[in-house]
Amino acid sequence: MSHRVLASTVMAAAVLLTATAFAQNQASAPKATPAAAVKTAPASSSAIPRTADGHPDLSGVYSNVTTVPIARPANCGAKEFYTAEEIAAGMGGARGCALPGAEPAGRGGRGGAGRGAAANIDPETGQPALAVHYDTSQFGLSGNTIVRSISLRTSIVTGPEGRIPPVTPEAQKRQADRRAYNNAHQWDGPESRPIGERCISWPGEGPPMMSEGYNSNVQIVQGGSYVGVVQEMIHDARMIPTNGGPAPLPESVHQWFGSSRGHWEGDKLVVETTNYTDKTQIQGQFITPKTKVIEKFSRIDANNLLYEFTVDDPGTWTKPWSGEVTWTKIDSPIYEYACHEGNYGMANNLSGARATEKKAAEQK
Amino acid sequence: MRGWFGGLAVVSAAAAAYLFVSVLPVTGQAQAPAYKAPRTKDGKADLNGIWQAMSTANWDLRAHAAAQGPVLSLGAEFSIPPGPGVIDGDGTIPYLPAAAEQQKKNFANRLTLDPEVKCYMAGVPRSTYMPYPFQIVQSPKTVMIVYEYAGAVRSINMEKPTEAPADSWMGWSNGHWEGDTLVVTVTDLNDQTWLDRAGDFHSDAMKVTERYTPRSADTLMYEATIEDPKTFSRPWKISMPLYRHVEKNAQIMEYKCSEFAEEVLYGKYRKQPAK
Repeated sequence: MSHRVLASTVMAAAVLLTATAFAQNQASAPKATPAAAVKTAPASSSAIPRTADGHPDLSGVYSNVTTVPIARPANCGAKEFYTAEEIAAGMGGARGCALPGAEPAGRGGRGGAGRGAAANIDPETGQPALAVHYDTSQFGLSGNTIVRSISLRTSIVTGPEGRIPPVTPEAQKRQADRRAYNNAHQWDGPESRPIGERCISWPGEGPPMMSEGYNSNVQIVQGGSYVGVVQEMIHDARMIPTNGGPAPLPESVHQWFGSSRGHWEGDKLVVETTNYTDKTQIQGQFITPKTKVIEKFSRIDANNLLYEFTVDDPGTWTKPWSGEVTWTKIDSPIYEYACHEGNYGMANNLSGARATEKKAAEQK
Repeated sequence: MRGWFGGLAVVSAAAAAYLFVSVLPVTGQAQAPAYKAPRTKDGKADLNGIWQAMSTANWDLRAHAAAQGPVLSLGAEFSIPPGPGVIDGDGTIPYLPAAAEQQKKNFANRLTLDPEVKCYMAGVPRSTYMPYPFQIVQSPKTVMIVYEYAGAVRSINMEKPTEAPADSWMGWSNGHWEGDTLVVTVTDLNDQTWLDRAGDFHSDAMKVTERYTPRSADTLMYEATIEDPKTFSRPWKISMPLYRHVEKNAQIMEYKCSEFAEEVLYGKYRKQPAK
């Protein structure tokens, strides 16, 4: 029953998901509240909803899908923000600072622009058209139904460069070694498959929590001295203390999502996460246990939340980098994503590989 | 447990009429609860905290003696701890005849059939008495429960009841307050979860009515009434206390067990070394 639907969702994901996919999707008009055009800090502190204890009320279900690419499109140069008029005229997203009809922006880096220039684009998803037909609306993949926030930013990554800094030479070697091993052994067993396919974590779950290929919805519930944050992908929950919480875990303890401790700084919930595994990935890089991520959650208005983050891993990047994304409230609850329970893809892929090997051996 | 339920009836007559029609022998006229819980800012009983059952219900809901575990090589480390049972009334599960047979088959094949072996989400009520902690985050509109085991999560809607879009592993939860008791109606559970390691199971027609009642600063009473006309001849009920984790460093840690179930699920598809 639903079991089967969810299983097919996993398979659809494997086929359709290409990195940050919808983060660059420009296929249709965004449906978010235009008030979310973020250029400045939340305006008046009285305008935001608050809980009974006086802190900003962050609770709600949000979409963190955005049209803003991770890296600034090359044609924007040093321009960090569009004006509302430029957005209205059609600038933004993968197109960057060119107006419709002009030359495409050129790829601005990973997650950057240029995708829209490829031939044979599916108008529904903004992705290269597939030979196989999927009902995109069934999986919440339709570009026409996804709620996206609006931002005036030219890139998610903040700062003058607008892109993730280079990785260190050691990290390049580490990534290359891992990739080489995984490519050579890609069908040996579950361990050499990507962690998303293993239903351990989805590539953008972080923290920092980024838009995924689909189901990019996040629920926040605030009570006592905790906020519970659940990403629909893949029903991963974080329990973040807002009063500092218990002492941090010892450095010897590592978790896929690290360990998070939060506190209020004025109207911002500031969350520090450490204790990651060296198998966790952030923006496609296997990070090191030295990683420290700071997230800041604040209210822009009744419908929008500002999510800021800084990633610091001297073992991977040459310097820390920061980004920000607007999250927009959606009306519906999130639904259970039973990834592991419906993961028929893993057994099918591996048994298919064994069958292929057997056939090849027989033909020798 | 028996002492608690017999001696301290917290079920009001009205609640009893609403919830337990034909369920249980009603325990008599309402009696005010002896314990008054601390309040949240909106005036409700404050259930926030990290909780865990201390029963052996996950091994078997019924009274059971200690027994050898199903994997002999694990010796005493993973054998079955005894327990006096958590089922109210006569302590039995009122299976329909065919279901009783199925439970026996499940028990015999539990090493391959128990969804816990595969790290599947445990559903309701089993998630409550798995030997792992869970955390309640309570807000006026939503009560979130996050379980350490398999990272399962439930979002209990405290506003106007909503309907599930489809069945799921953790079900669809609508809650309301009856005095200090959080009452949660759980429906649209799929038929894939079990109730314990002893092969006790249910169908997709199961409805679970849970009651979380504060009984002291650091304990809650948990009751779950199970109705499933495809599997049981009558509604039945389990109850057990839940204990607060009061350690200074208490926290829900990661137990992403899908990784630990890969050998069981996919080991047979591994590439074998060339002969």
